[in-house]
Amino acid sequence: MNIAVCVKQVPDSAAKVVAEDDRVSWGDAPLVLNPWDEYAVEAALQLQEAAGGEVTAVSVGGESAKEALKTALAMGCTQAILVSDPALAAADSQAIAHVLCAAIQKIGGVEAACFGRQAIDGDMGVTGAQTAHLLGWLMLGLVSKIEFKDGKLQVERSFEEGIQIAECPLPAALSVSKDIGEPRYPSFMGIRKAARAEIPTWDLAALGIEAPASVVRWPRISNPPVREIKTEMIEGGSPQEIAEKLVERILEEKVL
Amino acid sequence: MDFKLTEEQQMAQQMVREFAQREVAPVIKESDRQGGMAAFVLPRMAELGILGICLPLRYGGQGMDYISLGLACEELEAVDSTLRVVLSVHIGLNSLGLLQWANEEQKQRLLKPQARGEKIACFGLTESGAGSDVAAIQSSARCQGDEYILNGEKMWISLATKAHHCLWIARTDPSAADPHEGLSAFLVDLEQKGVTRGDLHGKLGMRAGSTGWIALQDVTVPLQNRIGEEGEGFKIAMACLDNGRYTVAAGATGLIRACLEASTTYAKSRRAFGREISWFQLVQQKIANMVQFYDAARLLYLRAGWLKNQGVRNTRETSLAKWFATDASFQAAAEAVQIHGAYGYSDEYDVERYLRNAKGGVIYEGTSEIHQLMQAGYALGYRVDAPLRCELPPYDSEFWQAEI
Ligand SMILES: Cc1cc2nc3c(=O)[nH]c(=O)nc-3n(C[C@H](O)[C@H](O)[C@H](O)COP(=O)(O)OP(=O)(O)OC[C@H]3O[C@@H](n4cnc5c(N)ncnc54)[C@H](O)[C@@H]3O)c2cc1C
Repeated sequence: MNIAVCVKQVPDSAAKVVAEDDRVSWGDAPLVLNPWDEYAVEAALQLQEAAGGEVTAVSVGGESAKEALKTALAMGCTQAILVSDPALAAADSQAIAHVLCAAIQKIGGVEAACFGRQAIDGDMGVTGAQTAHLLGWLMLGLVSKIEFKDGKLQVERSFEEGIQIAECPLPAALSVSKDIGEPRYPSFMGIRKAARAEIPTWDLAALGIEAPASVVRWPRISNPPVREIKTEMIEGGSPQEIAEKLVERILEEKVL
Repeated sequence: MDFKLTEEQQMAQQMVREFAQREVAPVIKESDRQGGMAAFVLPRMAELGILGICLPLRYGGQGMDYISLGLACEELEAVDSTLRVVLSVHIGLNSLGLLQWANEEQKQRLLKPQARGEKIACFGLTESGAGSDVAAIQSSARCQGDEYILNGEKMWISLATKAHHCLWIARTDPSAADPHEGLSAFLVDLEQKGVTRGDLHGKLGMRAGSTGWIALQDVTVPLQNRIGEEGEGFKIAMACLDNGRYTVAAGATGLIRACLEASTTYAKSRRAFGREISWFQLVQQKIANMVQFYDAARLLYLRAGWLKNQGVRNTRETSLAKWFATDASFQAAAEAVQIHGAYGYSDEYDVERYLRNAKGGVIYEGTSEIHQLMQAGYALGYRVDAPLRCELPPYDSEFWQAEI
């Protein structure tokens, strides 16, 4: 069974992201594999261990996204494909879904596609579901455990309320939650392979599709309002007295 | 001149960093307090391939280069010196010694399990009466048929109680005119009759690691476990130190980085006289010094690593890197404690541990005094490195990464 894992390159989570003139900037912070997608890669590799086949990492992005794909290769993916086209510069999530759908079909023989729960830059969290819809596949969200039994997927989905066991036939798309377990580190063997890998780039012509129209625009982007913080020192003769005053102030301010 | 690390080197560094920061950093304070290495550390380093990072695949290693070894050491010591010590003794002082001096049969039989992390390796040079003065070694090896009988005791041996193998330097010829020429090297299996060992306690630092003693009483070592020729022990030990010192230099660089990071974070959050202490120029001076130490130490160890990759003799450059980086790490740690004030004096913060650990670096693998003698010796022309019968092989990615 071949597996695709769709990954995105995003600014590092430690980056200071600011909005300026309706544009988002993260300075010279490094770009990394989207942290949620690391769990998706982990899930894809676990599924491969259970069911065999190849794992192909796919990313839509610029040339630099090859770095994120190399991380996926170093973790153990069989191969990686970059989809890059100038016409995708302002693509929204459903446009990306059209592209991913075409890419997954072009890879061939893919019966499961893994996604992170969301990307930490756009935070839309819908690309997986949109891609599944276009593929006409079943979609299981927030998967925390995967098993492969009698040609079917059996997954656990964890919620605050409990755990749901779901079963579905292939092909299927999955979005993966953190509970799948810590993503494995790249192995040295994977690192050697990734450093040497020539990652093929497909453009829209190679996929045989037109540039999908984007429907979502970001007309305004602003920074969150600056929070005003006031510090007040509470003094008193004894710890007891200070604590009492503190309780009073907390109740007054309705903090609790 | 190309200062850029390769993709392979960067990814290797990143992987070791993730391991050290995610898995060891959260428990290191506790290990240091309790005085021992957490049980998961060595098996996990083996599983991740870190214990064979720069050894060829054909000998059980991971096929990376000598610079990757240095980068790994920098990352490990940025969390704790005892993590880096593992690579210093297991790879630097022992496994690279085998790569350089052992014959092919020995590499398959002895190096392979070490590179795979199945056998942990240590290095036994120092004795209670022989530290800087290596030629004073007393422990003995007597040839008897096709085996040697070893007796004697080593002191201050890192991983003494964790290791399976020890590269042991013993005297084979008590009557040699030059005592340096009466020494030989052996790979001793520590899991056998006649071997006793234990950890030393009450150390100033390196508490999350193992430093101990190993005593041999009539231990038999087969002839096939003698590394190099009889009488070559001193040369072998010094060649091993060329590699061990490289790991110490790279590690101390990581320690400087940790001091710098802790100091900038703390200085920007601690307030005195109405502002963050980072605005005071005397605090800034300490931070500027740490930046200078870090960059200089890093350049020195990377140069040594590059020379190793090229197969150029680097005893002088490695000694210089080790001397500079360890002295600088001790100063950086002392200043980091100072910047933290009283809080730096308690184990609530990491910097007091950095200071205690940093003192070790200026003592082991050649005290700072010994390195100064060496550097003066080179400058004055009193010291010249004669070619060795076996040189450390240059890094050749095809040879290293060929799967056989
Ligand atoms: C934490 C730790 C781990 C260690 N791990 C290992 C290990 O794994 N394997 C191993 O074999 N050893 C190990 N050692 C031992 C270490 O290498 C020795 O301690 C070191 O070589 C110094 O020897 P010494 O302690 O006997 O000091 P000495 O040689 O007695 O030196 C004492 C002082 O005299 C100075 N001195 C000596 N000779 C001269 C000179 N000619 N000119 C000027 N000054 C001089 C020294 O610089 C030092 O200041 C370890 C030590 C420590 C602290």
